Amino acid sequence: MATSLRAAADGTPPPAPPSSPTRRSTPPPPSGWRSRFYRWDLRLSPYAFVSPFFLTFAAFGLFPLLYTGWLSLHRVELGGDAEWKGLDNYANLADSEFFWNALANTFTIGVISTVPQLLMALGLAHLLNYKLRGRGFFRVAVLAPYATSIAAATLVFAQLFNTDYGLINTVLGWVGFDPVDWESSKWPSQIAISTIVIWRWTGYNALIYLAAMQAVPQDLYEAAALDGASRWRQFVSVTIPSIRPTILFTIIVSTIGATQLFGEPMIFGGSLGVSGGSGNQFQTLSLLMYEKGWVTGALGQASAIAWVMLLLLLLIGAVRMLFARANRKKLGA
Amino acid sequence: MRTSSTRRTREGRRRTTMAAVAGLTACAALITGCGGDGSDEAGGDGKITLRIGTFGSFGYDDKTGAKLYAEYEKAHPNIKIVESNVADGQKYWDTLKLRLSRNSGLADIQALEVGYIAEATGPAMADKWVDLSKSGGADLDAFLDWKVNQATTSDGKVIALGTDIGPMAICYNKDLFAKAKLPTDRAAVGALWQGDWAKFLETGKNYQKNAPAGTSFHDSASGLFNAVISSEPVQYADTKGELDYENSPGVKKAWETAVAAAQGGITAKLRQFDEKGTWNAAFKNSKFATVACPSWMTGIIKDQAGAANQGKWDIAAPPVAGNWGGAFLGVPKSGKHAKEAAELAAWLTAPAQHAKVFGVNGNIPSTKHTLTSAVVQDAKLPYFGEAPVGKIYSEAAAGITPAPISRWDGQVKTFITDNGILDIEQRGTDPAQAWENVKKLIEDKIEQ
Repeated sequence: MATSLRAAADGTPPPAPPSSPTRRSTPPPPSGWRSRFYRWDLRLSPYAFVSPFFLTFAAFGLFPLLYTGWLSLHRVELGGDAEWKGLDNYANLADSEFFWNALANTFTIGVISTVPQLLMALGLAHLLNYKLRGRGFFRVAVLAPYATSIAAATLVFAQLFNTDYGLINTVLGWVGFDPVDWESSKWPSQIAISTIVIWRWTGYNALIYLAAMQAVPQDLYEAAALDGASRWRQFVSVTIPSIRPTILFTIIVSTIGATQLFGEPMIFGGSLGVSGGSGNQFQTLSLLMYEKGWVTGALGQASAIAWVMLLLLLLIGAVRMLFARANRKKLGA
Repeated sequence: MRTSSTRRTREGRRRTTMAAVAGLTACAALITGCGGDGSDEAGGDGKITLRIGTFGSFGYDDKTGAKLYAEYEKAHPNIKIVESNVADGQKYWDTLKLRLSRNSGLADIQALEVGYIAEATGPAMADKWVDLSKSGGADLDAFLDWKVNQATTSDGKVIALGTDIGPMAICYNKDLFAKAKLPTDRAAVGALWQGDWAKFLETGKNYQKNAPAGTSFHDSASGLFNAVISSEPVQYADTKGELDYENSPGVKKAWETAVAAAQGGITAKLRQFDEKGTWNAAFKNSKFATVACPSWMTGIIKDQAGAANQGKWDIAAPPVAGNWGGAFLGVPKSGKHAKEAAELAAWLTAPAQHAKVFGVNGNIPSTKHTLTSAVVQDAKLPYFGEAPVGKIYSEAAAGITPAPISRWDGQVKTFITDNGILDIEQRGTDPAQAWENVKKLIEDKIEQ
């Protein structure tokens, strides 16, 4: 150290360190290292930043998915060893009345919950789109049911729909109707469950529609008004076509939700929830899967149901893509 | 200086909050079922916490039971006992089975219902239990022999100790009987249906003729099914202990009786132990006049009908003697304190404790001498108008011939009652159709 200092003071260049000749031909040493690091950083950092998601997905998404697929080809009893069965589990599903019953229930409950839900959400969004007093309050209020937990909401509804002591049957009694068997009859029980789903999700969808409606240019409405179009006419001819992609989106999301319906019928049914009532009258695919896996302990069969559900959803996704493509063509033309 | 110090404390505070939140989350996870590891040590005073999982009413607890936990804790200052109770026995068993298969989330002592004892002693589960003939120091000779046999595995291990047995009577609501112009004296009531379940149905029809509005003769057809099959020597299994419900005369008789009751409109169409509490509420509101009443049911009636209905209920002899239910206590091997747990299980099921529980909760003991002891013989239940419960039930117990049990009994029973009979009762399904459904369910769920 001391020598080099003195040399600098003399005005002569300090003796070069042994490695200097090679370095002198390239750009200054620190910046070369830095630029390489910079390039690596530029290229790899994004991967590092997104890796937590993909690692988590691999551990908790992909692995269970593949493992479930493997299980679905075996006969597995809870706590026992797996035994190869090939596609038997799937073949058994095709033969099983309980599977078809659950599939049908999932479909009917899905339809009677999704259709009214989306129609009501559209209407609600349209109303919220008006300039009315306390608009902010109402917009928050419609979202409140969505913030309630499924369990809490379902417990309350289960009490309301109680056949012997429920408020709904009491009110029906005042009006002079016979009490409805909300739990053990097929359609009443499915309607009751759909009511819970509708109650929870209508506000959520309404807000999505509202956001889309606010993006519709005001000029269109003014032009329509000048042409003498009524509010209703404006809604049908301006609003609906303008937010069509959003409607399609909510239909898909609601369909996926309906396919996986589990918590509401489970809790609504109380002790009979897992089997969807005494005659499986509201057993959905998810409930059947749960019953197979955890009540019966037939994990292979439960896995097969899980995979069938996945395939169903992929099918729905494919249909959505086709629709979206057709829609884009129509808009592009 | 000042700012930096405030910042530091603020940061420090935030860190403590974070740690506290993390700690709380971990605790919550432990309490909600991942437990078994962290919750065993109660504080730093070296106490051992023994957790005991039960269903229905065992009558041990410190609130309404015989205060056995408090007594044991007093004698063993290093032990703390925590009970977790599930009302629905079927749900309890499903969860227990799942936890056994994973060896996690188990309590140190787990109660077992007799319908599932064959499954618990079966090949898949036998190894998960501590052998209580070797550990805990229980006196096996004190128990009824058949009770010990039921909990013994094929290689001679005793995986659980008997708590109560379920000799059965009929509990009836005197008020409702009087209003329906039926006798209310317990001997006269017993005589109405003595010897034959058909007479019981007949009484039901008579009751219904003059019944107070909105009431039914019997609580549930599935309850009646359980009562009838409990009085049959052949139930779900053949003599070798293999499931053979289709050819069983007992199942046939119980099914036909329950169907007749459901179709005759003498039942309140309820599901027993319903989680929503509709069945419980019906006790409180006197919606039905009779319920098949194994000894453990008296505790449930007392709790659910409540003080307001004290003296309204009474107990009469059943048409045919039977044994419905009864339970065991087992100790899973995976517990941290298996030795202490085995000792506690042995103590809880010893004759002295059987007598105490009987005194408070009416559970009929499964130990020989307790059954014939004065404590049981002279026992009366104030809630049931001083009915001589001890006499009624020990007489019923003497008539019990235990039926062979198969590994699937509990599940088959659930399918028949929850899916078959309840379906006929609540939805008016044709019985032949309902029976087909039951068969399909059993085929679908049991044979993989």
